[in-house]
Amino acid sequence: MSTFYFIAFLSIFFSILVISAKNPVHSILYLILTFFTFTIHYILMNAQFLAIVNFIVYMGAILVLFLYTLMLINLNKESEPVKPFMVKLAAVFGAGILMVVLVASLKSLGTSQPVVLKNPDLGLVKNLGKVLFNEFLLPFEVSSVLLLSAMVGAVLLATKDTKATI
Amino acid sequence: MGSLTNTIQAVPLNHYILLSTIIFSIGVMGVLLRRNAIVIFMSVELMLNSVNLLLTAFSVYRGDASGQVFVFFIMALAAAEVAVGLAIIVMIYRNTNSIDINVLNRLKW
Repeated sequence: MSTFYFIAFLSIFFSILVISAKNPVHSILYLILTFFTFTIHYILMNAQFLAIVNFIVYMGAILVLFLYTLMLINLNKESEPVKPFMVKLAAVFGAGILMVVLVASLKSLGTSQPVVLKNPDLGLVKNLGKVLFNEFLLPFEVSSVLLLSAMVGAVLLATKDTKATI
Repeated sequence: MGSLTNTIQAVPLNHYILLSTIIFSIGVMGVLLRRNAIVIFMSVELMLNSVNLLLTAFSVYRGDASGQVFVFFIMALAAAEVAVGLAIIVMIYRNTNSIDINVLNRLKW
């Protein structure tokens, strides 16, 4: 039980560091640590498939993509001008108000049951594969179209147009 | 894995919701606070991940595997979104030599 609270504290701590780090590279590295704590959360809930997928897809693919983009666009030191203090204050205030509203609506729910894993192989690959390829076969196929269109779109956007094609 | 999964048995569902709420709010704060487009993008990723964690917690709570399949779909969506978004950021940088989002206020009109 205390493992959960320790990992939750680490998640919140690193995610605060993500948005407060001055250097974007440090920000990405803290984001990697945050996602690592999320992987530990998945392992604690025995969602082993999601833990592995989170590890591979987020920490392996997406964050490497972020780092490559940051390398490509070659930021100099004074690239990010700071916002005025009032705007920052308004931003923190607005997000804090959002959190207060959500937590207050949570409070009105009252006490909740503890999370108990009734079926231990709920998050294993065998069980999830059966659900995915029986009930969610059509969304699975549609997501392949989504990935294809994203790939085409990314290539189309990122290539330099040598001649103006309108 | 038996001893490991026993460790979560005393965590109430509310605490998972609270954790996800806090991380979601931190993501919102990052979007509002920063002007670097890449950091804003990372904050959006943070929000997506908090929702993923909450869906998994609900899925374990209800004993229903559909929630974890949804998380899988959200991850596929996030991969597509990041690919397109970073391509757009690279293109913005090529056109304006900056990734400051305030440069883009001409899109307003």
